[in-house]
Amino acid sequence: MSTSRSITVKALARVEGEGALRIRVDGERVEIAEFNIYEPPRFFEKILVGRSLREVPDIVARICGICPVAYQMTACHALEHALGIVPPEGTRALRRLLYCGEWIQSHALHVHLLHAPDFLGYESGFTMAVDHPALVEAGFRLKGLGNRIMEVVGGRAVHPVNVAVGGFHVWPDADAVRGLVPDLVWGLDVALDLIDRVSGFDFPPFERPHDFVALRHETEYPFNEGRIVSSDGLDVPVEAFPDHFEERQVSWSTALHAVRIPSGRPYSVGPLARLNLCRDRLPPRAALAAARCEWPMLNPFRSIIARAIEIAAACEDALELARAWTRPQTPSTASFSPRASAGSHATEAPRGLLWHRYSIDADGLVSGAAIIPPTSQNQARIEADLRAFVPQVLPLDDAAATLRCEQLIRSYDPCISCATHFLRLSIDRKEASVIPPSPSPPRRG
Amino acid sequence: MTNMPAMTPPPSELPAAGSQTAAPRPRVAVFKFSSCDGCQLQFLAAIGKHPELLARVDFVHFLEASAHVDPGPYDVGFVEGSVTTPHDAERILEIRRQCRYLVTIGACATSGGIQALRNWGRIDEFVGAVYATPAFIDTLATSTGIAEHVPVDFELRGCPIDTGQLVEILTAILVGRKPRVPSTSVCAECKAAGTVCVAVARGIACLGPVTQAGCHALCPAHGRECFGCFGPSETANLVSLTGHYEAGGVPRDDLLRLVRGINAWAPSFRTEGDRLAALAREKDGGR
Repeated sequence: MSTSRSITVKALARVEGEGALRIRVDGERVEIAEFNIYEPPRFFEKILVGRSLREVPDIVARICGICPVAYQMTACHALEHALGIVPPEGTRALRRLLYCGEWIQSHALHVHLLHAPDFLGYESGFTMAVDHPALVEAGFRLKGLGNRIMEVVGGRAVHPVNVAVGGFHVWPDADAVRGLVPDLVWGLDVALDLIDRVSGFDFPPFERPHDFVALRHETEYPFNEGRIVSSDGLDVPVEAFPDHFEERQVSWSTALHAVRIPSGRPYSVGPLARLNLCRDRLPPRAALAAARCEWPMLNPFRSIIARAIEIAAACEDALELARAWTRPQTPSTASFSPRASAGSHATEAPRGLLWHRYSIDADGLVSGAAIIPPTSQNQARIEADLRAFVPQVLPLDDAAATLRCEQLIRSYDPCISCATHFLRLSIDRKEASVIPPSPSPPRRG
Repeated sequence: MTNMPAMTPPPSELPAAGSQTAAPRPRVAVFKFSSCDGCQLQFLAAIGKHPELLARVDFVHFLEASAHVDPGPYDVGFVEGSVTTPHDAERILEIRRQCRYLVTIGACATSGGIQALRNWGRIDEFVGAVYATPAFIDTLATSTGIAEHVPVDFELRGCPIDTGQLVEILTAILVGRKPRVPSTSVCAECKAAGTVCVAVARGIACLGPVTQAGCHALCPAHGRECFGCFGPSETANLVSLTGHYEAGGVPRDDLLRLVRGINAWAPSFRTEGDRLAALAREKDGGR
């Protein structure tokens, strides 16, 4: 007599990338919980080999249209470490401003258009706009603000062209940077209101273990700099990443799974990790708003609150940077000569810690590259979450149970283009003995 | 490959210019293949700038933005990304059958994108370089543009596509006229903007003279070379341009990498890349 059920959803929407989910339960027991990423691989680590180090920021940007700056920033810092390049004064502030722009547009997209419809009961931000026009309009405007910061500093919102190893190709126009101030004042206020709004959503009870990993900086909320810290006390420089984390390949995913070593345990990166580990580094107004929330925040569904706090923090930081910006009189790029060397770096992408390592030869050509994106680091944790969450939704009908699982995955804002883009969800609740294990990655439906 | 046949939906079937939302909205689908999502994101940027688009266009299949998916057929299908798996090579055939007009968006869909650099390598080496167990990875040896698989009605170039050009093509669909996108080179945009030529003034090897306009000559405006995001312009003379740069002292290897970039597999860039690579091999004694 079968005590098991089967549910299939062909495509999970409102995520960035192509993936699938397979769950098999026998009675109350979850036998399989696979978060399957089947986005075709693009082999960036191989493409980079033989390219000039100066081309790297333009190439790695193409890994992700939503977070190109994260890739550019991580690559530039890693290559600058390799060659001992010290970018001109002004670069640091400008890179931080550029990164704030990316966080604002990426988080605003996710909070308003991808995630909020789950809580308010809509299929999309488009349909949600009919009943909640102000919320959706604010989302588009915040996203537009982030895009404009990226245009002013980087030249373009998707795949900025102004980022260079050693600095920027040109200093941005000072009036254009200061021109961002009024909109950032507006953005900060809207983001602070947004924190209250999303805090009032209805969250399923689902507290997860502390296994967060993020960069932590001495004085600032982490963007480009910091040491790698974890909930269990890890505190190491970014170069030590390979000593403590490892990527493993699994048959059901074109994204590699990262785990802690030696324990082999999953961990999580991203807004929740950053806020649980670096809340004391938030700028003042975002910190005040965050103090009204309950900490630690261990429920992944509440990550929408974390993203709203981070939109406020990024607006607040960007506001200070834009107000203080004066165009340096020095060249915008440090000059350097290539030599055989290697360097690594990590920065905080919107979705979490992103680590790169490059080796270069005497002619300045890349001889090796390794890139570990946030979503592949979260993938094992997402599967562990699903395994723990599924029993909670078993009493629900198939449609409701499936929706809850989709929502859990969306909570992580998986960027499957980075790690891999549609998500196909299937919960297999049929008699376990008659369902063969998945022989190969499922195909797109 | 620049200007595909005009898109001329009969006005009777699509809302006329100036008509209100009561008119039937074209059913638009957005599909993704191997890509970074950046071009799809430009739809959201376009809607953010022109929210009235939602009242005029019915996005019935746009998974990145909506869980609501209508089956085909569709009036217009926009395709992002390149074909890199056997399954995708089949999927594009079905999408073509479902779409009255098929528009490719971006360098990946047009020419295979940056991931087409694999087309010159051995795929097993590529898979082995990234994955410990290559047998799990199901991939084609090549990354190819959509038009290599099915007829395409219009191409929007760029890496990413330009939001203004996207709004132009959506407007053209609504009005029932041919989209107007420039087929001149980036040089024309540089001159119009009054940007100092980086090739002439600073001796920088720039692909602007052979790259299709559309980006508003962004890179030269940032003091750097155009690296061909919008792909080759009509009548591009690559041999003449690279010869000019080489005579000016730019190493051939640098020129080869410049041509083999975002649009490496686009016909005229590809031919020139192969020519430069062959010359380099000759010089190295056939290594």
